Amino acid sequence: MRLIIRQDYDEVSSYVAHYVKERVNQFQPTAERPFVLGLPTGSSPIGVYAKLVELHRAGQLSFKHVITFNMDEYVGLPRNHPESYHSFMWNHLFKHVDVNIKNVHILDGNAADLDEECRRFEATIARVGGIELCLGGIGPDGHIAFNEPGSSLTSRTRVKTLAYETIIANARFFEGDVTKVPKLALTVGVATVMDAREVLVVITGAHKSIALAKCIEEGVNHIWTVSAIQMHPKGLIVCDEDATLELHVKTVKYFKSIEHVHQSLIGPHNLGLQGNLLRSMKDTDENVTKRRKLFLGTVLNTDEEPPVSSDDKYVAKKNGNAGWKRKMDS
Amino acid sequence: MAVRPQTDTEGKIVKIINARVLLNHKLTENSYLWFKDSKIIDPQELFFQDHKEPDMVIDAENAIVAPGYLDIQINGAFGIDFADENLPVEDIARNKDVVAKGLLQFGCTSFCPTLVSSAPQVYHKVLPHLRKRLGSVENGAEILGVHIEGPFLNPEKKGAHNEEVLQCAERGMESFDDTYGPALKRDDSIAILTVAPEVKGVLECIPTLAKRGICISMGHSTASVTEAELGVRAGATCITHLFNAMPAFHHRDAGICGLLGSTTLPIPKSQKQHPIPSQSSPSPTNPDPRPFYGLICDGIHVHPNSVRIAYHSHPKGLVLVTDALSSMGLPPGCYHLGDYEVEVNAQNVAYVKGTKTLAGSNITIDRCVQNFRKFTKCSTVEAIEAATLHPAQVLGIEKTKGTLNAGSDADILFLNDDLEIQRVFVRGEEVDLKVN
Repeated sequence: MRLIIRQDYDEVSSYVAHYVKERVNQFQPTAERPFVLGLPTGSSPIGVYAKLVELHRAGQLSFKHVITFNMDEYVGLPRNHPESYHSFMWNHLFKHVDVNIKNVHILDGNAADLDEECRRFEATIARVGGIELCLGGIGPDGHIAFNEPGSSLTSRTRVKTLAYETIIANARFFEGDVTKVPKLALTVGVATVMDAREVLVVITGAHKSIALAKCIEEGVNHIWTVSAIQMHPKGLIVCDEDATLELHVKTVKYFKSIEHVHQSLIGPHNLGLQGNLLRSMKDTDENVTKRRKLFLGTVLNTDEEPPVSSDDKYVAKKNGNAGWKRKMDS
Repeated sequence: MAVRPQTDTEGKIVKIINARVLLNHKLTENSYLWFKDSKIIDPQELFFQDHKEPDMVIDAENAIVAPGYLDIQINGAFGIDFADENLPVEDIARNKDVVAKGLLQFGCTSFCPTLVSSAPQVYHKVLPHLRKRLGSVENGAEILGVHIEGPFLNPEKKGAHNEEVLQCAERGMESFDDTYGPALKRDDSIAILTVAPEVKGVLECIPTLAKRGICISMGHSTASVTEAELGVRAGATCITHLFNAMPAFHHRDAGICGLLGSTTLPIPKSQKQHPIPSQSSPSPTNPDPRPFYGLICDGIHVHPNSVRIAYHSHPKGLVLVTDALSSMGLPPGCYHLGDYEVEVNAQNVAYVKGTKTLAGSNITIDRCVQNFRKFTKCSTVEAIEAATLHPAQVLGIEKTKGTLNAGSDADILFLNDDLEIQRVFVRGEEVDLKVN
């Protein structure tokens, strides 16, 4: 598992959006070989979606050959209700981008046979070749999607009763009235998410810090269902400084140092997007510049070169990135 | 004056992009608006249910996208006077088309043709030809029904009306029915009736008239604040051109203007045809019991400072009107309003010929909105709502007019930052502004 720590919500959103953009573009999706993306709802991904829309408007990301699967939906809520997850996805992402409706899959909380709807959803994921990259958030109780504490770590898409804590947390969207919040939801299972070829969990805010600590520093446990990411070959967690508040200092330093080793000692031009080493350790100068730009993109969340300062500390070195070092020291 | 559709939107799903859309009382940047077949639609269901893409995409280039303006008091324009009884019947129909089409270029997509006080035979002749009519590029702006201003008014405040035709309602409802004819009982004819509540017989008839679906507005009156409040209790929901044709605001007897400061009016049971509550409402959560009030915002009929004072005392009740007369849209000169001659001078002010009595205005509704924003320093949203949402609420038609909510008629304006009209759509059809 990789843990990428950034300063705040905005930087986390930029990193994730940039990452998604790079993943989709490097995949070069076509109609025959589309990019299958799993998408969450909630407050964590709102910033990510806003940045994705910006990237789309700038012409850098097209959703034309992207198939999306949402993770959950309330049962019994009309599809055009302002708090339904259909409305959420429409308002935050789909209405702004060129995704094809035939490629959009959201669970239908008003289906006549909910179990059949869940089976159909799983079958559709299998039919398109499985999820390439699944984004997700985390609840304060460590749940992913609506896989509340106690959910089997081998679970698949099914109907779930919402925990009281979740209902309370969601009441803020239903005029503070707990009785108006739906009590049941359809959700992908823990195993459904972990079946994706890559899982990226976005964790921001101090209120998620205990959940993050339980999920990565303690054992794989059905009470903290995101902990299943420890068994995934390609897990990535992107969090802000506030979310690391309950982690051991050692853990935080370890993951920050990994980034440092990658960038300063191995070199950004030798690393791929997913932290993999590229075939040749040596590269021509122009490739160095290209890779360095790529890396700068992930750290500074922009494709532009940072301004070169006369101050020695900030002058970019060939094998390292002083800009990143600046963050490390702060 | 041939007006043909600018872009052919018939039968197509149209998506407007890069728009600053006025929705839910705010302007949202980088937003979208979809319409089809003369109605604004909710694209979410179109996406999830019908799986449809737009047939046409219009780039608003960051213009402000607002609902079309409504003008509920306009006596004529382009040399045409609605209350002119000397015209043959064919001309009345043709004239209404000329005005309706001509108003589109000012962003006015719906209006109430207004008749000044006239003799009964004028009403009997003219009213059958001024019925409600849907808007389109060919028909022009939508006709929402007639605003009959008089003749049950107070002669002391006649303004530019002919004193000889003013009357009392001696025989109560019979007087009303005899004066206006069968149109008073139809539901496709009269939208607003301006009366003076202190005139004999009027107050008793207000409830019956209101029950017929007519909006009762008070004006051309010397009513004290008590008499005016009785009018509101009886069913009046609007004031005609506040400050004009009524006594000036006096601190001990506030008159009709005093209604803006009223706290003892009964709270209405339903929101329909009442202003939504604001900070200055008697009750912050219930509909506002104070009436709406028209205000001519040409800077001449009402001083800009007075506009601001009225606005701040009752922001959700202000309705921008032009009270335009036949000379609107034409150069200075001599024109004709009801039985009077009016003269428009070089400053575009219209007086009854030979007097200093204002005879109506030459302002257009888009200039009213611009002036209003300038005079009161209100937000762009509030300025536009005073000419869209509020007049629609006066007539109780805010479900189809005055907003850009899904289900409303697709009367859409593109405005620049100075609130100048860039493009106009009436019920989904685009108006060719260059032709006018």
